[in-house]
Amino acid sequence: MNRVFAYPKSLNRVQTHFCPGCTHGIAHRLVAEALDELNITGNTIGIPGVGCCVFLYKYFPIDVLEAPHGRAPACATGMKRARPEKIIFAYQGDGDMAAIGTSEIIHAANRGENITVFFINNSVYGMTGGQMAPTTLLGQQTTTSPYGRDFKNEGYPIRMAEMLATLEGVAYSARVALHTPKHVNRASRTIKKAFEMQMNDMGFSIVEMLSTCSTNWRVSPTEALDVVENEMIPYFPLGTFKERTGKDFL
Amino acid sequence: MSEKKLTKGNIALAEGAIQAGCRFYFGYPITPQNDIPEYLAMNLPKVGGTFVPAESEIASINMVMGASASGVRAMTSSSGPGISLMQEGISYMAGSEIPGVIVNIMRCGPGLGGIDPTQGDYSQAVHGGGHGDYRNIVLAPASVQEMFDLTIKAFELSDKYRNPSMIIADAMIGQFQEACRLEPDHTVEVFEKPWSLTGAQGRSPQILKSLFLGPGEQETHNRDLQKKYREIEEKETIAESFMLDDAEIMVVAFGTPSRISKTAIRYLREDGVKAGLFRPVTLFPFPQSELHDYSDKIKKILVVEMNTGQMLNDVKVSLCKDAEVSFYGRPGGGIPYPNEIAEEILKALKK
Repeated sequence: MNRVFAYPKSLNRVQTHFCPGCTHGIAHRLVAEALDELNITGNTIGIPGVGCCVFLYKYFPIDVLEAPHGRAPACATGMKRARPEKIIFAYQGDGDMAAIGTSEIIHAANRGENITVFFINNSVYGMTGGQMAPTTLLGQQTTTSPYGRDFKNEGYPIRMAEMLATLEGVAYSARVALHTPKHVNRASRTIKKAFEMQMNDMGFSIVEMLSTCSTNWRVSPTEALDVVENEMIPYFPLGTFKERTGKDFL
Repeated sequence: MSEKKLTKGNIALAEGAIQAGCRFYFGYPITPQNDIPEYLAMNLPKVGGTFVPAESEIASINMVMGASASGVRAMTSSSGPGISLMQEGISYMAGSEIPGVIVNIMRCGPGLGGIDPTQGDYSQAVHGGGHGDYRNIVLAPASVQEMFDLTIKAFELSDKYRNPSMIIADAMIGQFQEACRLEPDHTVEVFEKPWSLTGAQGRSPQILKSLFLGPGEQETHNRDLQKKYREIEEKETIAESFMLDDAEIMVVAFGTPSRISKTAIRYLREDGVKAGLFRPVTLFPFPQSELHDYSDKIKKILVVEMNTGQMLNDVKVSLCKDAEVSFYGRPGGGIPYPNEIAEEILKALKK
């Protein structure tokens, strides 16, 4: 029988720490599949930030450096400069990248560091218990925006993929979602492309993934999928905001 | 033996880094250490190295962490305010046991302070600075030659013990010029780094982290770190003794005040005053037992610092109980004259 679906080699068979209904596990699986497909697992080093992504080392059979909160792009910069032949990816949540780590992500991107960054946007601080993030939607209630996010007090949700796409050093910037099979397939191709950008020395690549957090959104897992479709995507549109080709360098 | 060349302290340090095999520098400008990044920006590319002007000191130290984690020798340098920003990263490096060299050419504080020389960052360097129970290896050069030699030493010790090394020198040592031999006086030690992250091809994956959440795991990790620090204390202490054999009073000073104290001691010796100097070269490990042994014979002690007494307690706990300790300090960029120190020596003797 022709086997068409299997457990990725680059994903450890361990019990997940993610909550029921969280799509972060899908993101991990897609990254693992990309490592398999591109045959780069043994040459890749992962650098997670702090938050739900911090246990990256449990899930991938790769070398892992744990970065301070928000600093993964700086750690990745140092490592890639020291080992340009290695594939280096940073893996950050929205509090990590879009709040405390804005300086590090913007300058790594602007220098065109030849690294890949995966960005999980679930519009909330997950691991610390559901506080307001820079990506929290207007009106969204969190433990630290209990009356709903109001732009007059907390400002507007930040669109990282679009913002980073404006920087010259960025080779690839895209936003995907993980809430339906169709979107997962598109995310899979996008993640692979981001790695290929690095493998081809094109410069900085980032994939922002809209992900669910049913625990902190206080909704059921299936309702969380609807929140992505009906509330997140209208504010955080999906698509590729920048994609350089070899010709751009001629 | 190679010829000596008139060299600025900061330049000797930067050249020492290159000769120690450091090929990666990450940093952000701040006075009075800018000669270091400027020299390395010019000279690292000539030896196949990389210089990255980072967006902040926070980024600098994390770039050092990333590079060092992959097994290479990497460094950063800064001064007061910038070193404060690095403390988060230094704590992570200590917790994850990632080496790296951090240079602090101290300027006076607190806050923006000023750019005059000081030793106000002793406590920050020696007693932690960042969060958690950890120690830096701390070296304190007192001459341009030591800026060169101790930089090589900093890389060696850092790799040997998988621990961040700090060099703390004040603005004066960074900025003045002296004759310096710009070649190592020994074959630079290099260490295998089987722990480094280079991809898990053909071996088990390796992890460098400081997060340990399992029951008792973090305590065990802390105990292991402390064991390492005790080993460093046992094996790596360096100190200089000057005219202590017959001394009736012992000045204890590091860096610039140790040089000025030597001048004061020479003056006093001409008048028959038996003064001598003890100079810690390693501030962690602190030369406790050497100090203790001297205080067995020499009961009068004068600690001189360019701060308000940050090393003082480390000296006190090292001494015999019956030692009489005096202190003279100049904070905020004040530099003592030799005659000031000579007067303090005489005062302490009369006590």
